[in-house]
Amino acid sequence: MSDVLVFAEHLQGNFTDSTFELLGKGRELAAATGDHLVAALLGNGVDDMVHQLGAADKVVAVEHDQLAEFNPEAHTLALKAVVQAVNPAIILIPYTSMGMDLASALSADLDIPLASYVADVRVEDGKLVTVSQMYGGKVNVESEIAGNQKIVSVLAGAFPADAGKKEGSPAVEKLDPPAELSNLRVSFKQLIEPEGGDVDITQQDVLVSIGRGIQSEENIPMVEELAQKLGGAVSASRPIIDNKWLPKSRQVGKSGLKVKPKLYLALGISGAPEHIEGMKDAELIIAINSDPNAPIFEYAHYGVVGDLFDIVPVLKEKLG
Amino acid sequence: MNIIVPLRQVPDLVEDLEIDASGKDLDREWLKYKINEFDDHALEEALLLKEDVGGTVTAMALDGDDVDKLLFTAAAKGADKLIKVTGDFPQPLSSHAIARALASAIQGMDYQLILIGVQAVDELDGQVGVLLAHYLGVPHVSVVTGVQVTNGKAVVHKEYAGGVMGEFEVTLPAVLGIQAARQTPRYAPVSRVRMAMRKSTIEEVSASDTAAGGTPEIRKLFKPEKGAGAQMLDGSPEEVAEKIVSILKEKGIV
Repeated sequence: MSDVLVFAEHLQGNFTDSTFELLGKGRELAAATGDHLVAALLGNGVDDMVHQLGAADKVVAVEHDQLAEFNPEAHTLALKAVVQAVNPAIILIPYTSMGMDLASALSADLDIPLASYVADVRVEDGKLVTVSQMYGGKVNVESEIAGNQKIVSVLAGAFPADAGKKEGSPAVEKLDPPAELSNLRVSFKQLIEPEGGDVDITQQDVLVSIGRGIQSEENIPMVEELAQKLGGAVSASRPIIDNKWLPKSRQVGKSGLKVKPKLYLALGISGAPEHIEGMKDAELIIAINSDPNAPIFEYAHYGVVGDLFDIVPVLKEKLG
Repeated sequence: MNIIVPLRQVPDLVEDLEIDASGKDLDREWLKYKINEFDDHALEEALLLKEDVGGTVTAMALDGDDVDKLLFTAAAKGADKLIKVTGDFPQPLSSHAIARALASAIQGMDYQLILIGVQAVDELDGQVGVLLAHYLGVPHVSVVTGVQVTNGKAVVHKEYAGGVMGEFEVTLPAVLGIQAARQTPRYAPVSRVRMAMRKSTIEEVSASDTAAGGTPEIRKLFKPEKGAGAQMLDGSPEEVAEKIVSILKEKGIV
């Protein structure tokens, strides 16, 4: 009755890091409340995947053709069936592309309160307390969720994945797929692999990465030159890609790529959680931003509060 | 095809955000607002779809400060119809409350698509678009970057991590949470916004659902801790560049 349920997210046959991050945290929450950790596994032919979910006490699975690939409608229906069968107190869902389609949907359909953008969650005096990173990471909000059931939508990378990576053979319970799965309004067509870009930013030792602070497309060549001098490539945060100033293959962050270069030089990037997720493991992070309160400075090793248009030209000169 | 685009303003993150005396909300007195950037992309995609297949674009927003300007700007960009949703909304306004109010206003309207920004920086309790879809009982897809409409169905691309995309076919009506439009959202010059103010009218629709609920209870707001982060490099651009170069040399990068 007061179990912790984790949505086990997988894409192309592999569990995502978020799954293990949530299992690790879920284990902790279940220990605090003295209850079980249950993983919700939705797919088609999931038996070979279960052993990776050893951190859970139990796996509740729903299998159906329509669940073979993620489908916002099918997965909402199936996850709803799992929630109704398990009746968990806490439901952990990653704040990822898939999780975004599920958490709010469950909240509306089952009338369960939801905390989103969550970077920390704990049990305090029997209450569930969450900390959400709001306003692009500039302000944290600590909240308490009331009710017998709560949904917590957790930012990717918020917790260590290792804590949830455990081989094992948890008990498996299979639920009958909901009848509505044969009458869906959303149908999955295909997965589209990213086009091979001119540069693979995950393989670069040096990335000079630009954000909104670059102001216009015309300023990009200046940064390209700097990247060349450093023997690296130019990458970018989401707004640059959404504006089509650089191809998708250059995007670092949540809907882009995860990078771990030797040097990540962040120019005019404020450091929203979605971006941090993609670059926080770089060996050396140097950030230049005109806003002294930019969250990027919390993650950088070295920071400069200043105008990138003043500093980049001098830096280029000094690098010869 | 009739497309509804709910628009919302969010605090401009370029400004300093201060916490108010209650400790539970931002100090909103001097706060500068701007359109939620994802809503701007949703509006752009709606206008492009209208150019592709015809129809109307309705910009809709909950009543509040500067909401008329927000709607007139949408008209200046090409929205055909402007709707202000009025009501006694619970404060602070949550995603659940916004979605309920929008759903009660939209219920009964003739539409095929609702395009809305996939997220906003102030959504503590989930995404308005997905909540709205469920209150309306229509399907949704979030994190959408490409929309095509043919034969009463939408074919959409949903982004996952690593640049992988899922392609889905969605029966209409539906709600799509837009991540990015096909092109950079268009800009409306002030002169055109002024013209829209003279020529367009804002229709008011009252929300029949202004319930609260579904949200966490805010205990406090606080700024992320400072000091644990970067070692700051000070000085003129010349000095700063010098320091960066010596760090890079020390680490063997140059």
